[in-house]
Amino acid sequence: MDTERAQKPVLSKEEKKILWKARLSPLKAWLYLLPTLVVLAIFTVWPIISTVRMAFLADVRDVMGEQVYTGYDYLKDMGGMYDFSFSFENFAHVVGYGGFKTALTNTILLTVITVPISTMLALLIAVALNSIKPLRKLLQTIFFLPYVTNTIAVGMVFMAMFQMIGPIKSPTSVGIINNIIEAFGGKPVNWVKEGSSYWANMTVLIIYIVWNALPFKILVLLGGLQGVNKQYYDAAKVDGASRFRIFWRITVPLLSPMIAYVVITGFIGGFKEYTSIVGIFGDVRMGPPGSIGRPLNTMVGLVYDSIKSNQGEASAAALILFVIIFAVTMVNLYVSKKKVHY
Amino acid sequence: MKVVLQHLTKIFPSRNKKDKNAEVVAVNDFNLEIPDGKLIGLLGPSGCGKSTTLFMISGLQAPSSGSIFFGEDDVTKLAPENRGIGLVFQNYALYPHLTVQQNILFPLQNLKGENRLSKEEMLKRANEVAKLVQIDEYMNRKPSELSGGQQQRVAIARALVKMPRVLLLDEPLSNLDARLRLQTREEIRRIQRDTKITTIFVTHDQEEAMSISDYIVVMKLGVIMQTGKPQWVYDDPANLFVAKFLGTPPINVFTGRVEGEKLYIGEEEVLDVAGAEDQEVYVGIRPEGFVLDRKGKLTCAVSGIDVMGRDISVVSTSASSLNPVVRSIISADEMENITGDTVKFNLKQHKVFLFNKETESRVYFGRQVAAHEEMVARMKEEGQFFSSHEGPLPKEMVEKAEEPAQEKKGMAAKIKGLFAKKKSESAPEAEAKPEDETSQSEGE
Repeated sequence: MDTERAQKPVLSKEEKKILWKARLSPLKAWLYLLPTLVVLAIFTVWPIISTVRMAFLADVRDVMGEQVYTGYDYLKDMGGMYDFSFSFENFAHVVGYGGFKTALTNTILLTVITVPISTMLALLIAVALNSIKPLRKLLQTIFFLPYVTNTIAVGMVFMAMFQMIGPIKSPTSVGIINNIIEAFGGKPVNWVKEGSSYWANMTVLIIYIVWNALPFKILVLLGGLQGVNKQYYDAAKVDGASRFRIFWRITVPLLSPMIAYVVITGFIGGFKEYTSIVGIFGDVRMGPPGSIGRPLNTMVGLVYDSIKSNQGEASAAALILFVIIFAVTMVNLYVSKKKVHY
Repeated sequence: MKVVLQHLTKIFPSRNKKDKNAEVVAVNDFNLEIPDGKLIGLLGPSGCGKSTTLFMISGLQAPSSGSIFFGEDDVTKLAPENRGIGLVFQNYALYPHLTVQQNILFPLQNLKGENRLSKEEMLKRANEVAKLVQIDEYMNRKPSELSGGQQQRVAIARALVKMPRVLLLDEPLSNLDARLRLQTREEIRRIQRDTKITTIFVTHDQEEAMSISDYIVVMKLGVIMQTGKPQWVYDDPANLFVAKFLGTPPINVFTGRVEGEKLYIGEEEVLDVAGAEDQEVYVGIRPEGFVLDRKGKLTCAVSGIDVMGRDISVVSTSASSLNPVVRSIISADEMENITGDTVKFNLKQHKVFLFNKETESRVYFGRQVAAHEEMVARMKEEGQFFSSHEGPLPKEMVEKAEEPAQEKKGMAAKIKGLFAKKKSESAPEAEAKPEDETSQSEGE
């Protein structure tokens, strides 16, 4: 009896009030989170679920096996009431397209080439910016400009810069890059016009993408550099380390968390490359004038292409891209775990 | 390697270009000859320029004027890596991404040309040094996996591995807890004795400096106040600042006057001071200079007794004392003789120092005159490592340091100098509680 009474203490009114307040306080936190959770659920979580569902919708066929409807169209016609069957048909279609291989190759090439170049450049520029005092703010602003300009508009400016109109050395030859090449005695290159080669196109794209990716990376790395204790450099100086060694043995390892971050986000951004190509080559051809088969298309471009015709396939393409990015990021994280010093 | 500093001066330019007066003289016409193979403690309150002096010797900071010699070589213009120094930073500055072994190897791997060692030799050297500082069992750990004391020893090993001509330590113990500090300072002493490398270390902790240095250099506002063997400096302070800075508990300072070769504190005639001229003086009395005596001449009001075991510390107050309390240390056996509210003391002559009120320089009297002369003669004989600052610091210098200007305190290193100088004004206060001094460990 006595122990039972001890287990159930008699509480006064105030004490009960306090107890309830304590019980309810976690609910308060949820209440504050609610608006964000609702928005996230509607605009992020549900679309993701929906994309996965759409990607796996089977086509609707008649008795003869002829395709009558794509899965998505049928779903639309039925007003969403459709007992769908699970299938990989959409994936098979996407992979089967002639344009898929081009898009995948372009995406991987652009990413694999631009991410290392832009990271190295950003690192060098950040270190240089960090070591100078006068004009630092001005230069920082200049390097940051691409970040705040419109990708499509700048893409068009790039197209103009790499232009080649009319016979060479005539007043109508306006591409500034070719003018510079000529001034140094080189032969002008057909960068983006009709009949230009794939690698000429890619060069322009790579330059553009690298330039566009620099500001964010410089910003992150510069922030990291400013957080590095200056005494490490004093110590290295007393120890007689050369500038090169200081850079490789001290700066890079101490910045490695930032470098890893920049590389990982760079890979993700690279696989999502699309607007730069639209900016330079236009979204109709996705290639130089006169080309056929969208030779510079990327994975995101593929998704956009199919959205108009077959949303199921667009979803499938998006999922393929997601799996690629996921796998690459996992590899990145695995490597950085071994190499990055936190 | 003998280290000679000649007229070394460091001026930090004013941040505010319009206000030329805001420039900071961190080190002012510093002349010092440091004998070979000795351990020297640069001692002074925060902002006295001791770290700046060290960084100028290391080459990380260029002097505004003056020159630095290592032996016969003028190294003033030499880059740090060519001076043959080892430097240990206050927070060690160990490379966090390298193991202990890689950290120690780092300076060796930087050597070029004929100085470059083979891989085996490098490892051998690193192992030898690691053994010397007793961290050889932790060679494969990262600095973050070591305790503060072990990190400290790695930093010393890294400084020693290239066999420097001079070893420089910047507040080497201030990041350690009290127990480790005692242990590590013995360690530093031992390593220095073993290697016989001329070692200069900077500290604001007088106890630390006194206990391990061969010689100490007491600095204030960038000026050497006194140099010499710790015990000599303690026993024979050249000026009020040195007397106040050395000793725990700190020296008791009274205002007094000399009249007809008698010393008066308040209205009481407390001591015969033969040979001293009539003048207003500060009277510094070491805590151990008091003798309890019912017929004693100095009367103080007792406010408490701290029992410290063998000794007791009588805490009392006096109207003439500049410190908030007068602390005297007497034998615990005499505790029973303290009755009532007041206590009377006689003074031990050699523990009483007089300083002119204007110049704050020492006024010698009685037997002190001969003792001082004898001491100076002996110092000269033993190595001539003795100097002291006579007379007051230039007035405008002290005033500038006292100025409460500089609203932009806390802004970057250049202002820090001035900021730290302001701090140094709180030195007397800090001395009242010497255990607090360690907390002002931020350098200048």
